[in-house]
Amino acid sequence: MYKIAVMGEPDSIYGFATLGLDTFPFDSAENAGHMLRKLADEEYAVIYITESLASKIKNEIDRYRESKLPAVILIPGVSGNTGDGVRNVKKSVEQAVGSDILFGA
Amino acid sequence: MAATNITPTRMELTRLKRKLITTRRGHKLLKDKRDELMRQFMDLVRENMELRKKVEAGMEAANKNFVLAKSTMSEEAVNVAFMAPKQEVSLEVSEKNIMSVEIPVFEYKTRTNDANDIYSYGFAFTSSDLDDAVSSLSELLSDMLKLAEVEKACQLMAAEIEKTRRRVNALEHVLIPETEANIKYISSKLDENERSTQIRLMKVKDMLLEDAHHYKEKAANE
Repeated sequence: MYKIAVMGEPDSIYGFATLGLDTFPFDSAENAGHMLRKLADEEYAVIYITESLASKIKNEIDRYRESKLPAVILIPGVSGNTGDGVRNVKKSVEQAVGSDILFGA
Repeated sequence: MAATNITPTRMELTRLKRKLITTRRGHKLLKDKRDELMRQFMDLVRENMELRKKVEAGMEAANKNFVLAKSTMSEEAVNVAFMAPKQEVSLEVSEKNIMSVEIPVFEYKTRTNDANDIYSYGFAFTSSDLDDAVSSLSELLSDMLKLAEVEKACQLMAAEIEKTRRRVNALEHVLIPETEANIKYISSKLDENERSTQIRLMKVKDMLLEDAHHYKEKAANE
């Protein structure tokens, strides 16, 4: 049985707790990378991370790109949409096709 | 072009010819695999983009509600409201196989079936904006999971396509031309050997005939 985790700034994620997701609030990136690794090793199949936190621990996140579990998914936070999530989809297209032919550069 | 470390023998030639046939077949198969993966990937990535836009728009709306709720409530009240969640979500992960890429499929289960269990607080001390925020977020949950599934599938497929493409290119631009060049080298070398043997035999025959009949001497005497 797997679980779902949400990481990010407290203001952006506290609502998820009522839905029954496990929330892990972070104000800084200091321990976030470490936490992500720990969550990935545990039974979390999906980890949502706010874009602003994700941009600080990009390297950690990229490690899980090609592994089957967990799925690390970026979500916009309270401070707004940085476009990183969409950029990640474009990155997949680029990796597969060689250049982004679907959504433009 | 041809490698110098191959021995020009007939055995090597048949071996290389057989290898070329296998390589060509492998190349064709991999190319088909790549094309099909690409076709599936395109559909998937379009779905991914649509879902992402939908989820991001939904999140934005939910976040707005949360900000509104926070503005009318004290920090403590919000914290208290969310302190003890009633609902719990667990995931069932199964696998789907698309062109030998294993893709996780998520199915989520809530601990209780009551849809109202997402409100972990009494309604007396919280603003209605908070209820709106929580309900809009809960409506988003299934789309968010779908997004996770599709986005992960896209990432895995992209990696697989890249790998397959490399293999196809390696076969097409390196292995096949190299083997063809080697085959050409061996067969021309063998032809060359054959010709030189032929010439040598003719020469030996001439010498033997000369020994037996002394044509040159006779020609000189006449």
